[in-house]
Amino acid sequence: MIAQSDILKATADLPPTTADNELPRGAEILVEALACEGVDSIFGYPGGAVLHIYDELWRARDRITHYLVRHEQGAVHMAEGYARASGRVGVALVTSGPGATNAVTGIANAYLDSTPIVVITGQVPTALIGTDAFQEVDTVGITRSCVKHNYLVRDVRDLAAIVHEAFHLARTGRPGPIVIDIPKDVSAARTSYSCLQSISFPCVERKSPPDPRSVGRAASAILQAERPVLYVGGGVVNSGAADALRALAEELQLPVTPTLMGLGGFPSAHPLCLNMLGMHGTYAANMAVAESDLLIAVGVRFDDRVTGRLATFAPHARVIHIDIDAANIGKNRAPDLSLTADAREALCALQAEVQARGQKEIEKSVERRIVWWDRLRAWQREQPLRFSGSRDHIKPQSVIRELHRLTSGEALIVTDVGQHQMWAAQFYPFKRSRQWITSGGLGTMGFGVPAAIGAQLVMRDQLVVAVVGDGGFQMTNQELATATQYGLPIKVLIMNNGYLGMVRQWQEMFYDRTYSEVDLSVSPDFVKLAEAYGALGVRATRPEELSDVLAAGLSYKGVAVMDIVVSKEENVFPIVPAGGNSRDMIVHSEGV
Amino acid sequence: MRHTLSIVVADQPGELSRIVGLFSARGFNIETVSVGQTPDPHWSRVTVVTRGDDRTIEQIVKQCARLARVREVQDLTARPHIEREMALIAVEALPGAMRQEVLGLVAVFRAKVVDIAQTRMIIEATGNKEKVEAFIELLRPLGICDITRTGCIAIGRLTATVKTSTDGEEDDMIYAGTAHETTLEKKTPERHEKGISI
Repeated sequence: MIAQSDILKATADLPPTTADNELPRGAEILVEALACEGVDSIFGYPGGAVLHIYDELWRARDRITHYLVRHEQGAVHMAEGYARASGRVGVALVTSGPGATNAVTGIANAYLDSTPIVVITGQVPTALIGTDAFQEVDTVGITRSCVKHNYLVRDVRDLAAIVHEAFHLARTGRPGPIVIDIPKDVSAARTSYSCLQSISFPCVERKSPPDPRSVGRAASAILQAERPVLYVGGGVVNSGAADALRALAEELQLPVTPTLMGLGGFPSAHPLCLNMLGMHGTYAANMAVAESDLLIAVGVRFDDRVTGRLATFAPHARVIHIDIDAANIGKNRAPDLSLTADAREALCALQAEVQARGQKEIEKSVERRIVWWDRLRAWQREQPLRFSGSRDHIKPQSVIRELHRLTSGEALIVTDVGQHQMWAAQFYPFKRSRQWITSGGLGTMGFGVPAAIGAQLVMRDQLVVAVVGDGGFQMTNQELATATQYGLPIKVLIMNNGYLGMVRQWQEMFYDRTYSEVDLSVSPDFVKLAEAYGALGVRATRPEELSDVLAAGLSYKGVAVMDIVVSKEENVFPIVPAGGNSRDMIVHSEGV
Repeated sequence: MRHTLSIVVADQPGELSRIVGLFSARGFNIETVSVGQTPDPHWSRVTVVTRGDDRTIEQIVKQCARLARVREVQDLTARPHIEREMALIAVEALPGAMRQEVLGLVAVFRAKVVDIAQTRMIIEATGNKEKVEAFIELLRPLGICDITRTGCIAIGRLTATVKTSTDGEEDDMIYAGTAHETTLEKKTPERHEKGISI
């Protein structure tokens, strides 16, 4: 076995030799290295294996603020909310054993949604590793399949280099979570440290600009396409490509459909936007993809919630696939042309190439698509997103519409997972990247409240609204205490239908209305629960109360919980049943 | 189709399980896997034999290349290369005609007797997969007691211009015949002892 540093080749400015007991401990080196990486906030929960680190954090508390969560899953979701709102690396700190296992859901969530976070876990002392010691689990083994990379630090001399590499890995290429497992004796051991001068990574991110020949061929294909569609995802948000995307789409009048993760990457209200595609996407977006002759896929991975049955997805389209992760290309759909590149760089290169072909070419290209736009507009007119109103019950879709109106479309929306998530995605038009934070790939119930707290920390002065269901809310509602303790005034909007609504919808539609174990009618009184946590609790049960109750909650200066009792058996439409294609799309309830 | 992948990965604890775990997590198949040091002791070479259509193999290569400590991934199948595996075979060899038959096969296959007892022998056989398997099949009727196999190791040929029959039997005789007697004999076991420590 060799040391990590042999691979990392770190060079530090070593201080003159000092007596051993004057050298910094591992815990101090960790904190210094974090500060060196620009970390100002850590979400965490202490325990035996991380006591040295917490001791050091206390000393460094005016440089790095620690936020004490109420459950480790919350810490990692907060780190993710922080990362996704800011574009910086989020940091969580948990202890060994149960601390680490509780963090796994959050880590897996960040992995599937490509979010840059670093999770530091305590570990039992190296001498006890492998002995089934108290609070010992094989954290590196457990998390191996849901991290971009992970480390077990066996030698304090490797610690600084590992921390710096971890941050580098987390944010470069396709971002993702990194776990650093630090045994207790390593955080106690002493060695010399000064902020690293340079560090070389032998085998990470061989980044190269988009291949010019491929860019040229892609530009030609786009210019000549009669029925193109830009299918854009989280990669556009991660790479800050919104402007480049907009420029290209506007130049060539290309229709754009974002995925759930791509929402905000292109303005929802833009005339070129067909809005979300996929299982609960719009009729126009799904029809456009089904009829398209050229799919320009940017920062997406042809996820099954988008494609349905792969064999019949975009059956007439040639595919240009742009993604920073080479492994995404050809994984689900073999592209006709691919660019392994950063979304922003690729889009800028495409734009430049298109412009180089001259205004005449561009005009000809735009003209070629007039018929296509007629069809797209017809689909939009025929089947817009809609829902039936009610005088007796609050319709969940109307809640989102009202939320949009009251917040002037400016709120940062964070969601949990389920029906409310889809309604929020459908009915809240987003203006900008990072205005929408949701659990996409893993579909983690309980994500909403803690992720909103992390986002609020970044966007201190912005309205951050966690739209959650009554099910998911109860998975992490204890984090309301974290929000009130640190004065992070998130607004929680509970779409309370007394059901696990999405599961109920599937049982209604695909399991003969056998409502097996989805009844949540016995829940706490959410208003009293909010008050118990020192937050404001308000409730609306009738349509005429909705507006005032939302306004009261949203304008409250502290943490507020809005319990909105909505119609119980509302369904999300359109829906493409799992494994189906756009021909199977059920557009509204009469279609059932 | 059968593919032989050569993966260069940092010689650090857990890196082998990261690669093997990737195969199981993504539903890829592993026929054999073997590990040993490269000339630079910081790096190990993992040779994996796997099966799959072109798209699956492409995915395997890309997914392996994505790992932070993997330096390179090569699909050796795509170019001229040499493959070898070693088997230690304990076989029934009663004194008399039976033992003679075993020894005859050992001679034909350029295998070696490495241990002998009253009624049994242990034979060391080296070659590509087909050769080792053909040898085992011929020994089987005589009564095989136990087999242990290293799995495949492989290396690209020095010059791509050398005419090869993708490491067929005839080819095997020419290249293995000369190298085998001189250098490989000592090196092979050592290589695998190191492999285990990963």
